[in-house]
Amino acid sequence: MRKSYLIPEFRVEIDHTRCRRCKRCIMNCSYEALSFSDRVVADHFKCVACHRCIVFCPENVITVRKNPVDFKESFNWTNRHRLDIWKQAETGGIPLTGMGNDLPYQIIWDHLVLDACQVTNPSIDPLREPMELRTYLGKKPDSLQFEETADGKIKLKEKPPKNIKLEMPVVFSPMSYGSISLNAHKAMAMTAKEMGIVMHTGEGGLHKDLYDYSDYMIVQCASGRFGVHAEYLKRGIAVDIKIGQGAKPGIGGHLPGEKVGLDISKTRMIPIGTDALSPAPHHDIYSIEDLRQLIYAIKEATNYKPVSVKIATVHNVAAIVSGIVRAGADIVYLDGFRGGTGASPKIVRDHVGIPLELALAAVDDRLREEGIRNQASIIAAGSIRSSADAIKAIALGADAVAIGTAALVAIGCRVCQTCHMGKCAWGIATQRPELARRLDPEIAAERLINMLKAWKFEIKEVLGSLGLNAIESLRGSRERLRGIGLDAQTLDILGVKPAGK
Amino acid sequence: MEKREKIVIDAKGIYYRELNEKIRDAIYNLKCKEIHLNNVNGQRYIGDGIEAKVTIVINGVPGNDLAAFMNGPTIIVNDNAQDAVGNTMNNGKVIVKGHSSDVIGYGMRGGKIFIKGDVGYRVGIHMKAYKNTVPYIICGGRAGDFLGEYMAGGVLAVLGLDENDNRPLTGDYLGTGMHGGVIYIRGEVDERTLGKEVGIVDFTEKDMQEFGKILKEYADDLDLDFDEIMSKPFTKIVPISHRPYGKLYSY
Ligand code: SF4
Ligand code: SF4
Repeated sequence: MRKSYLIPEFRVEIDHTRCRRCKRCIMNCSYEALSFSDRVVADHFKCVACHRCIVFCPENVITVRKNPVDFKESFNWTNRHRLDIWKQAETGGIPLTGMGNDLPYQIIWDHLVLDACQVTNPSIDPLREPMELRTYLGKKPDSLQFEETADGKIKLKEKPPKNIKLEMPVVFSPMSYGSISLNAHKAMAMTAKEMGIVMHTGEGGLHKDLYDYSDYMIVQCASGRFGVHAEYLKRGIAVDIKIGQGAKPGIGGHLPGEKVGLDISKTRMIPIGTDALSPAPHHDIYSIEDLRQLIYAIKEATNYKPVSVKIATVHNVAAIVSGIVRAGADIVYLDGFRGGTGASPKIVRDHVGIPLELALAAVDDRLREEGIRNQASIIAAGSIRSSADAIKAIALGADAVAIGTAALVAIGCRVCQTCHMGKCAWGIATQRPELARRLDPEIAAERLINMLKAWKFEIKEVLGSLGLNAIESLRGSRERLRGIGLDAQTLDILGVKPAGK
Repeated sequence: MEKREKIVIDAKGIYYRELNEKIRDAIYNLKCKEIHLNNVNGQRYIGDGIEAKVTIVINGVPGNDLAAFMNGPTIIVNDNAQDAVGNTMNNGKVIVKGHSSDVIGYGMRGGKIFIKGDVGYRVGIHMKAYKNTVPYIICGGRAGDFLGEYMAGGVLAVLGLDENDNRPLTGDYLGTGMHGGVIYIRGEVDERTLGKEVGIVDFTEKDMQEFGKILKEYADDLDLDFDEIMSKPFTKIVPISHRPYGKLYSY
């Protein structure tokens, strides 16, 4: 084999004086970076900084460091550029990556601050007062009409459209069974049920083990139509049509054949070992009218359950969403350019799309201007890292947020960005039984529930400080946000004043 | 509840949503086994998502997404059909006695679509098969571009039965991205029109037997002469690899 020009990204250091040679680290390293020859030795090349060995070493003697080897400094030719070129020069292929865009674009969330009440219009004590975090996703009628029944009672003339009830304005984002393990799906399903929220199945169908949780599932219909059949559509409480994903706008899904094992093949309903290609376009959708046709085909098949349409945030997003809402979508799922992924060409992940914050504000404005904001709910997604991001998203105009990476981090993910290799040491982004087993769904659910409970407390605290007692009162309330260090144009798009004004 | 074996619905001037409600009511509440729809004129989504063993006979031209997500029924269209017949269909049968249009059998996973005449563009895209469920689309006339694109399983056939029709049997980009299943064309295919993921292989005796069974059924359903159909040689098109994009990425 020819010599690679790459150098290791990390160094695994073991304090051999304290190591008791139990080999636990070796067993835990799914990337095979560690081996034993009279003591533990590391192949630094293979380390991805997943930290599994560090966490499971009983002696706490492992350190993983960024490889301190210096490159000749260049602001322009970053190490990232050099490493990518070497990879391309060696393989002739497109570098793939997992997780979200990690380039240092400005993160607008971190330049927005929230308001609080002082003296007048007092704040509310969430420990004492009830706080309403319940949110309903779906079309709200333009107006309500009532009629009197024979026995003199007043009732609604028309049945309102079906909505999804959420006990807090958070849902799990679509991560397919295939991209992540069944145990990860189980953990999210249990959490969704416990917390009164919902999860998305993603485009991989619904495993039979999760049928009991289908009241907490939004099922997905992507271009490849994997696992999509009448029963699947009817099981979900809503159906999401996947048009795009923040980490790869305009790019389809592609589950490599080696990940399509027995169970995945059953759920996706394709033979073992074939590539599951879900190209970017639905080849039956070339216009808003075509999208409308699919939305209504699904509504007809599901007795008019809510239909959501998921798109990546791109330049003309407001106009696109206006079309989607007019096509009959009940929910619009906006996935920002920092959204996570199981696998995406690095070039697309890092350079295509626009920030969620701007898209969200633009979409909310446009729908309000057109008088159709009530016709669809907006889910904001694409790297919601904390309850603070969630609150700010709601103040910018979202009805709820979706979390993917944050949920995975709660259950062990170290954001090592190698999900596409299928070797996830934490049993999350893998289908290898010996690795998937590492994720205990019960324990993972407990961690997720804890995280969401913490977020719930945090959201209530902030609402209280804002003098609000219902999350719905915050939606689109941009007056309660101020920008710091954002240029005038960005502030204008956000509809947010600079701090001090 | 009153049970009825057969029901006739006059679809004239009825909005599709109402028509489909009537159909579902007939199937699920009245337990009808046979439903005849007269004067159908472009109503969409007929048979959509229906999971039952029933027969629906359509007189008139049904609208788009006929039999979408369908799982079980037999639909007989005594006229032409429009776009997206059998979209993501799971099981059942659709027989169209006239022509049909674009995106037939998109993502279809089981069942049969038999069309007597021509079909449009993008037919059989993303068709799949899983174990014993194998979908079939057979078109008696000619097909447009992108036939069987991204096809992952199942059987697509174009018969070109009208010998006086001189148009090519299929269009460009035949089987592009195809990684499973098989396409049979009755007659010659211009290799220039093939996607680079597919190739032509010998039509064997075994193909003749297996595919012949379905063709017999097709001929019976559409009142055609089976021997006449079999009188011409077939071209068999299959994917070269089931991992056409396996080498696109580095790591
Ligand atoms: S897990 Fe820790 S103690 Fe055990 S062999 Fe590895 S470094 Fe040594
Ligand atoms: S899911 Fe696993 S492989 Fe992916 S970033 Fe997290 S720890 Fe790494």
